[in-house]
Amino acid sequence: MENNRRSFLKFAGVSVLGLGSLSLLDGLTSEDVIASSGQASAEETYKKTKNALTAKRWGMVIDTRKLTGGICHKMEKACREAHNIPEHENKKHEIKWIWDAHYKHVFPGKTDEFLVERLKELPIPVLCNQCANPPCVQACPTQATFQREDGIVMMDFHRCIGCRFCMAACPYGSRSFNFRDPREAIAHENKDFPTRMKGVVEKCNFCAERLAVGKQPACVEVSNGALVFGDLEDPQSKVRQLLKENYAIRRKQNLGSNPSVYYLV
Amino acid sequence: MLEKALKGSKAYWIWVFALLGIIAVGFGFYLKQLDFGLGITGMSRDVTWGFYIAQFTFLVGVAASAVMLVIPYYLHNYKAFGKITIMGEFLAISSVIMCILFIIADLGQPFRLLNVLLYPTPHSMLFWDMLVLSGYLMINLVVGWNVLDAERNSVPPAKWIKPLIYLSVPWAISIHTVTAFLYCGLPGRGFWLTAILAPRFLASAFAAGPSFLILLCLLVRKVTTFDPGKEQIQSLAKVVVYGSIANMFFFLCEVFVAMYSQIPEHMDHLQYLFFGLHGHGILVPWMWTAMVLIVSGILLLLIPAARKNESVLAVACVFTFIGIWIDKGMGMVAGGFVPNPLHEVNEYFPTFAEVMIGVAVYATGFLVLTMLYKVFIGVKAELAA
Repeated sequence: MENNRRSFLKFAGVSVLGLGSLSLLDGLTSEDVIASSGQASAEETYKKTKNALTAKRWGMVIDTRKLTGGICHKMEKACREAHNIPEHENKKHEIKWIWDAHYKHVFPGKTDEFLVERLKELPIPVLCNQCANPPCVQACPTQATFQREDGIVMMDFHRCIGCRFCMAACPYGSRSFNFRDPREAIAHENKDFPTRMKGVVEKCNFCAERLAVGKQPACVEVSNGALVFGDLEDPQSKVRQLLKENYAIRRKQNLGSNPSVYYLV
Repeated sequence: MLEKALKGSKAYWIWVFALLGIIAVGFGFYLKQLDFGLGITGMSRDVTWGFYIAQFTFLVGVAASAVMLVIPYYLHNYKAFGKITIMGEFLAISSVIMCILFIIADLGQPFRLLNVLLYPTPHSMLFWDMLVLSGYLMINLVVGWNVLDAERNSVPPAKWIKPLIYLSVPWAISIHTVTAFLYCGLPGRGFWLTAILAPRFLASAFAAGPSFLILLCLLVRKVTTFDPGKEQIQSLAKVVVYGSIANMFFFLCEVFVAMYSQIPEHMDHLQYLFFGLHGHGILVPWMWTAMVLIVSGILLLLIPAARKNESVLAVACVFTFIGIWIDKGMGMVAGGFVPNPLHEVNEYFPTFAEVMIGVAVYATGFLVLTMLYKVFIGVKAELAA
């Protein structure tokens, strides 16, 4: 991906400095993660290789014209496998990071009786919007959910008390709670990513663990070009090029949360 | 004074042990919840708060309503309430204890509760809620206990108590305001996103709390030697009816704004609660029951002849209390989550285990209340002797 190479910054880029006293690390146990306690900066979150992808503000453009049910299914599977997402039989306990829904559910405020035929039944992926102004971070009483300098809204699974205030605050239903032990319902455990325990909230992390080793997010990788990932602050990035050339919409942008996920329709 | 709670009749101990029995059963269910997770409740990915948080919200109101005794007595020198103000403060203490227990019952990781203190986060309303609730608990403990102790020794309460009593007035308002702010500051939840939420919480609290206190007064008169007084009960009844009417007025304002503007995000939740949405309407009978109870309560209390008849008054208070309990304790929380942010309808109803844990929390509250009232009545009996 040429544009990502272009937007690539040497590791320890200014964009990820200084998240102060946030203990980002507690929730991460994979080999790519350096464990540390108390004071830590975002750079330490993941042991960055020199290939690490960095940005001022990560964003995503979803081109609905390139979507098919098959692609959505592949993305969901890739995400599930990358992040040890359990598959519970009881729908009430479902954990979802990326899933698909119809237009009228993705954009409930933009429904139209005479919606273009193509969009009516099209599965459209939804995930955490990684809002620039995230209501969930504002609501969290322990800073277990926090925003990195590069815009990614992350979870500290070890600090979360499971009050689910963030879930009430999220206007997109993008968060899931472990109503039961997730480890029993993981088909194939990926040892490179931590599993969670019951009683904590989780959500899409824009594959921060993959960015740290120079990889694109798992869903983007298998999206056949339907999902494009890059730096929204970099005018040269591919996401910015796409937004310059196409009319894009965001979910509930009237709420002021400023989502970083754009949809081309 | 506390020793008075340890000496009682056979009936007293039967009651205490019955409560302990209920607590033990509920605690068993709680252990199950600790082991399995919150999956044993009816909550889901879409309705992430339910019975526990609803009870918490309702009981914050009951706690705040002590101010309806404090204001007339201490600020307006309405002497009659002097006899029962401590009953209101003790009710507040047990209510706040139940609030805290309901919060703990609702946490996915209750052993991490102290993280709220370890990482204080002023931009989270939950942080403030914790501060105002624990502060209110302390104020009422100190004030109630000291005033009673002074009364027992036939001396006026210590001078430093007065500022604390005055502080308790805005503090009581603050606990329910902050509780409303937990909900009404969330951008994506149209049902709660209304400035009337905090005023409405307070109004319903000033109806539900004093109506419960009236029932307690009637009970205390029946089973103990202490008579809270006819005038006191009648004055409380007037507080109830004012509160209940204000609550309904605010509710109708809310209904008007949502239904007349016809903005779907605001209208859909009311539609769901009172008429059902897309064929789902598990709470519809509950909501209409609540409305009938609240309105009947108001009508009974408005008619002087009915209000002055203590049997009718008791019925009106039961109606008011249960009506508001359903509206605030079932409808308010679940209604805000249905439909979900993707406009899908996934309903909520509490499970048996969830209700049993809730019943145990209530039993704990009643146990605390019983012991505090036992002390209070013991002191009164001592003075009368």
